[in-house]
Amino acid sequence: MLVYIARRLGAGIILALLVTFITFMLLSTSFEDVALTILGPAATPEVTAGLMAEKGWDRPAIVQYFDWLAHAVQGDFGESVYTSLPVAPTVMQRLLVTLSVIVPALLLTVVLSTFLGVWSASRGGVVDKISQGISLVGYIVPGLLLAIGLVVIFAVQLKWLPATGFTPISEDPGAWARSITIPVIVLTIGGVANMAAQVRGRMIDELRQDYVRTLRTRGISTTSIVIRHALRNAGSPALTVMSLEFISMFGGALIIENVFALPGYGSFAFNASLQGDIPVIMGIAAFGVLLVTVVNLTTDLANGWLNPKARVH
Amino acid sequence: MSTQDGPLTETMTTPSTELIVAMEDAAAAARTPMWRRLLKDPQFVVTAGILIFIFMLGLLTPLLTQHGPNEADLSMVNAPVGTPGYPLGADETGRDIWTRLLHSINTAAISALIGAGVALVVGVIAGLVGGYFGKVTRAVTEWTFNLVMTFPGILLLIILMPVTGGDYRFTMLIFGVLLSPGIYRIVRNLVVGVKNELYVDAARVSGLGNLRILSRHVLFVVRGPIIIAGAFMAGSAIAVQSGLAFLGVGSIQIPSFGAMISSGFRNLYVAPTQFLWPSLMLGLITASLVLLGNALRDTLEGSKPKPVKVGRGQKVVERAETQQRDSTRLVEISDLGIAYRGPSGRAREVVSGVSLTIDRGQVVGLVGESGSGKTQTAFATLGVLPAEAIITRGSILFDGEELVGRTDKQMRALRGTAIAYIPQEPMSNLDPSYRVGAQLVEGVRAALGVSRKEARARVLALLERCGIADPVRTFDSYPHEISGGMAQRVLIAGAVASRPRLLIADEPSTALDVTVQAEILDLLRDLQAELDMAILLVTHNFGVVADICDRIVVMKKGVIVEAGATLDVFRNPHDDYTKMLLGAILDESTVRTDPAVVAPAEGAVR
Repeated sequence: MLVYIARRLGAGIILALLVTFITFMLLSTSFEDVALTILGPAATPEVTAGLMAEKGWDRPAIVQYFDWLAHAVQGDFGESVYTSLPVAPTVMQRLLVTLSVIVPALLLTVVLSTFLGVWSASRGGVVDKISQGISLVGYIVPGLLLAIGLVVIFAVQLKWLPATGFTPISEDPGAWARSITIPVIVLTIGGVANMAAQVRGRMIDELRQDYVRTLRTRGISTTSIVIRHALRNAGSPALTVMSLEFISMFGGALIIENVFALPGYGSFAFNASLQGDIPVIMGIAAFGVLLVTVVNLTTDLANGWLNPKARVH
Repeated sequence: MSTQDGPLTETMTTPSTELIVAMEDAAAAARTPMWRRLLKDPQFVVTAGILIFIFMLGLLTPLLTQHGPNEADLSMVNAPVGTPGYPLGADETGRDIWTRLLHSINTAAISALIGAGVALVVGVIAGLVGGYFGKVTRAVTEWTFNLVMTFPGILLLIILMPVTGGDYRFTMLIFGVLLSPGIYRIVRNLVVGVKNELYVDAARVSGLGNLRILSRHVLFVVRGPIIIAGAFMAGSAIAVQSGLAFLGVGSIQIPSFGAMISSGFRNLYVAPTQFLWPSLMLGLITASLVLLGNALRDTLEGSKPKPVKVGRGQKVVERAETQQRDSTRLVEISDLGIAYRGPSGRAREVVSGVSLTIDRGQVVGLVGESGSGKTQTAFATLGVLPAEAIITRGSILFDGEELVGRTDKQMRALRGTAIAYIPQEPMSNLDPSYRVGAQLVEGVRAALGVSRKEARARVLALLERCGIADPVRTFDSYPHEISGGMAQRVLIAGAVASRPRLLIADEPSTALDVTVQAEILDLLRDLQAELDMAILLVTHNFGVVADICDRIVVMKKGVIVEAGATLDVFRNPHDDYTKMLLGAILDESTVRTDPAVVAPAEGAVR
């Protein structure tokens, strides 16, 4: 088990190195533009070169990357070129806003998808048609349109929920819950549409397995066969779907945050990127990878617990 | 160590009768050309029609519009719908919405082409390389694509804005690479499959170069799934491009749905319709692409198995008279008919009018080739026929009680206690997620209602009785940790746990090594004598029958062709088919070293 964890962790570290390295190399072409943006259009080439030298941007990109990396592993991600605020705390704060939308949405997605998927795979007929229909509708409506539609209905017309803005949970849990309700619904609908179909497919496959028939011939109850046996076996592939779902929700959240003016990762990344604030962009990339690594590792551990065969590999 | 993964076992353990019906059905469907089947599908025709119409509008933009996409007229700011020259009105800066809508269609089309195109090129090439060449290449590509898949693509597209300069075409190029793992998987899996098929080997032997093998054979097989994936990827490319444009990533000079929605959203209170048009168009395009993809999938790949209610009980066309009839026999099957309805809806009888009897403590061999209906007859007696099967006629009396037409719940009372079952393929018949002991304990408790402790003691004793040397160890093992022969002993222990009156054994030794086969049959014979249970032994092997059966029933194509005492049938077979089967067995017994039909090397994998 320890070897297993170590190997997964290793893969995560490699992903982190690779993504930050590629990002840095690609961004390194635009250092001069950044210097020009800071200094304004009137800057002479000498002044620009001076700033480049002062910031160390005139060194070869690879040297700069390893310099960045050496600091990053000690927790020092530098500071914003424009605001001089330290990168790490700002990034963390923005990430928490986005996570406070994604985590509830993911939990809801998992619960609802498992329920819908198991329900339609073990009942069939009309029940299956209904749940398939729900999935299809969720799938064909783009999240962006859904977000705007719900804002128009619930915030603008009915005035039940705030249209935009975010209240941290520490300030007022009630206001927090209201401010994330519509974004969570939007992400959940998209997530359920995808994941329920996956759970359903896995469950149908499992219920057709030989061992299910053999268990039935021993007089074991239907509930136990569906929940204890088929769902348990379908759970391990469903977990992989869940981790991919998390990642795609993360991407989706970046866009819909904008609809609700949530001060999350998306708008932050967008602004940093627009300004070419390279240290901030690197921090955003690094924390993004870190998050993905944590999610994947958690998934793998849960998978090892669910699926006895996975523990060996 | 475990042989139960992979498609081989899957087809092997599916009841062959089902497979035959499905294959005949598919063959009938395949006679109609693909495009004709597509044109018959209303979902395909409607969605493809909508998309063609929309993209034609996009192509004809210069003819249909009077303004430029960025041509602003301050006197027209927020002009209402129907203003002359501005059929859909004008936006916050006085630009014609109709013109911008048509230009946005083209932006969407280009995004889809670049995104899906790059994903296809990268995915197909990598898939061919990863699937066709050796293990090292495959491991490297596999690993790379797993990495690509785990990173949130939209975040990458946003943070690379300084590099792409916000050009949506460049962005879509990167997005295409991010989409490619999906295509890579499809192609790689198919290539690995095709590679193992004979015709590629044949082509290789006949001296065709690698490149030609790849392009000729593999691309042909792969085209269907790629077309399907293409539709879905085009949809997500358009959705992502719109999302990014909505955020503001990209040039404001490029008209796109996202930019229009964003401007309409800002103007929501002033002019709500501005937001409506691009949203409707975007929704229509993405929905059509998804539905088109679904229609393509259904037609090109055939429909997936539909779910059925678990524990619904077997389907019966007309119920036999359910009153109890006097029967001195343990089992009396009369005029049993079982039919399958293929995906096209044609019902075909696979068991037609089978009648047979089993006395208490008697061992009856039900012999026949694959697809003769012998397993179906056995499943009907257990009440576990697959959902697609229908009992068309006849009756099954067990101890004088009618089984046909019983609900699953009523059958459950008998299963495990009075009727038990031993399957053919031991490995796939154990739940891989639970320890062997836990599975047996659950069965014993369900059947006998004893305490957990009692059930455990009973299971341990049974495992020992069934010839397992270290019962405690096996009890605590997962199915993948034990060998095939041991798994079969475990299943036998599970079946006889409650001293059933009838044991149905479906080819109990076929999947095992020859030496293990004999031991398993010995075990069955001993248990039969000990517990005085009747056995219905389903097999294609007359050698097995001769060993332990009192009576033989021979089936062919769903009907019984011969029945009688074992010795009589052996000495004096009447039917030609029986003679043929007997002949085959006598040949086989002279070369006893032959491995069993499906015997993957399964030594003791302790």
